[in-house]
Amino acid sequence: MTSQSATTELDATTEHGTVPGLELQLGRLTDPRVARAIELIWHEATLLDAKKYEDWERLWTAEGKYVIPIDPDTEDFEAHLNMVYDDARMRRMRVTRLVEGYSMSAVAAARTARTVSRFTVEELAGESVTVRSAQVLVGFKREKHILLAADLTHRVRFTEEGALIDLKVVRLVNSDGAVTASGFLL
Amino acid sequence: MTTTPVDSGRGFAALAGTDRVAGQLYTDPDIFEQELEKIFYRTWIWVAHESEIPEAGSFKTATIGRQPVIVNRDRKGNFNVLLNRCRHRGASVCEVPRGKANGFTCPYHSWSYSLEGQLRGIPYPEGYEGVVEKKEMPLERLRVESYAGMVFASFNQEIEPLEDFLGDAKIWIDRFMKQGAGYPVKAQGEHKFRFDGNWKIQLENTTDGYHFPIVHRSWMASVDAETADMLSFMTDENAVTHALGNGHSVAIMVPEHVDLEEDDGTEDLQERFGHIIEELSQTMPPEQVRRIVRSMHGAGFNLNLFPNVAMSMSFFRVLRPISVNETEIQHIALGLDGGPESVNRERLRIHEHFQGPFGFGTPDDSEAWDRVQRGAYANKDMPILVNRGLGRERTTEEGWKTSHVTDESGMREAYGQWKKMMGND
Repeated sequence: MTSQSATTELDATTEHGTVPGLELQLGRLTDPRVARAIELIWHEATLLDAKKYEDWERLWTAEGKYVIPIDPDTEDFEAHLNMVYDDARMRRMRVTRLVEGYSMSAVAAARTARTVSRFTVEELAGESVTVRSAQVLVGFKREKHILLAADLTHRVRFTEEGALIDLKVVRLVNSDGAVTASGFLL
Repeated sequence: MTTTPVDSGRGFAALAGTDRVAGQLYTDPDIFEQELEKIFYRTWIWVAHESEIPEAGSFKTATIGRQPVIVNRDRKGNFNVLLNRCRHRGASVCEVPRGKANGFTCPYHSWSYSLEGQLRGIPYPEGYEGVVEKKEMPLERLRVESYAGMVFASFNQEIEPLEDFLGDAKIWIDRFMKQGAGYPVKAQGEHKFRFDGNWKIQLENTTDGYHFPIVHRSWMASVDAETADMLSFMTDENAVTHALGNGHSVAIMVPEHVDLEEDDGTEDLQERFGHIIEELSQTMPPEQVRRIVRSMHGAGFNLNLFPNVAMSMSFFRVLRPISVNETEIQHIALGLDGGPESVNRERLRIHEHFQGPFGFGTPDDSEAWDRVQRGAYANKDMPILVNRGLGRERTTEEGWKTSHVTDESGMREAYGQWKKMMGND
């Protein structure tokens, strides 16, 4: 009885119908697979802030999709216009563009520091974990700060090569507003 | 070669010569204020494509200069452009970017208006007896006309008909729409971003073939050889820019795609569309497949319509001046209304590859424009040059001043119109 009411208090969203990924479901963050996924997500954030794009590219599965949608509600990215909708081929070209030195915006990209936190576990399957989080990125370029906030979804797959990103969806809070072109990756 | 010296001693109109303009045009807040009054609140401004408001009650919100408007289609099928401002105390009556509605109700005191803007209801009306007549308080209506699905509005009720204003640009609008390949063209999503620079920097860019292989080298390196080859117009003498009058111009990058209905059959379809060709060929005759696939990258030109919209190969570019040194851009992706889903998706992927804040093209354009704005503050007496190709400019039998697509005839046309409008009282 006591433990039941405690659960209700901590996990109130389930009272009004489950919203996937929003319930904290205490205890799951300490699951070794979830801990490994979070480690990967933080490693990814570090590489992106350091602009180590070639190392970043190696964090992905061959089928991995990297998406920055415009429509805040859609899950059908294929049928909608996105800011980024990359498979491995597009990711390869994107990394080349960012590192080869021909892109003036990449050369002059803002310095960034991003924080990823507010982790919740959406799905804990045998071979993969889906984790949601919030990201706050602050950038600086030519006398101006840039602030970009987003909800992230990562699906991390455990393979023979280790934990790899199989899906990353970056939902900017201003995705359907004006987003400043900035020469770095989210 | 004739040149006109920039004279900064007289009115603002004098700051634009025929082949150069004062750097102040990008940096002077007083000039920006006058541009709103003399250009954006006086001429025809593009506000929508008809596919964005497809049904009775469909609406979108937009901004003309600084003024918020609602663009809708009423039950008679007419387009209405209404000031988004309640007649009572001035609140905006709609803050939804797009949707469907029977009318608009102000959230402050619930004054309600029809799609045509008539004031229909006032709560507790006894307080207004003998004070307010509803029929005298509609939402302010702008003049609205459309051509080929392009909807324009004007604050100037006395303005010339839209078709007269568009003039020879209409020929090019008709050609642009042929990329529908038998289907109507529809908007299918948009990117939106801002850059720290004056709106005219973007206006120029749509007719600037000169920057393409330089600024977009990283995009060129990433696409297939056929697409890169298609856009290798630097030394193609058939790639020209025509000045069309009233500030409009067209920059032809892919001469063989000017009129997509004309096809001598010699052009190989791009290998990258092999999967589409295969799919369409199962249900369509080869001519139709060819027509759709040749249109995949859109029309072979950028049509620049003064002052705020360009019909740019396969998308619309819409600019919105925010302040003297800030501009918002929309890139509206286009597809085939009722056309094959696989074609529309492929067109979305092509659009994403170049456009948008994380595209392979837009961020580099944006960086270049930021740099123009920063540089323009240096020595305001040093003019911006738009004289490229002046020595090889000729006039076609249509009366269009014409030079190479890497030349600046289109910019000179736009600044000619700017000068004319800024000289008006």
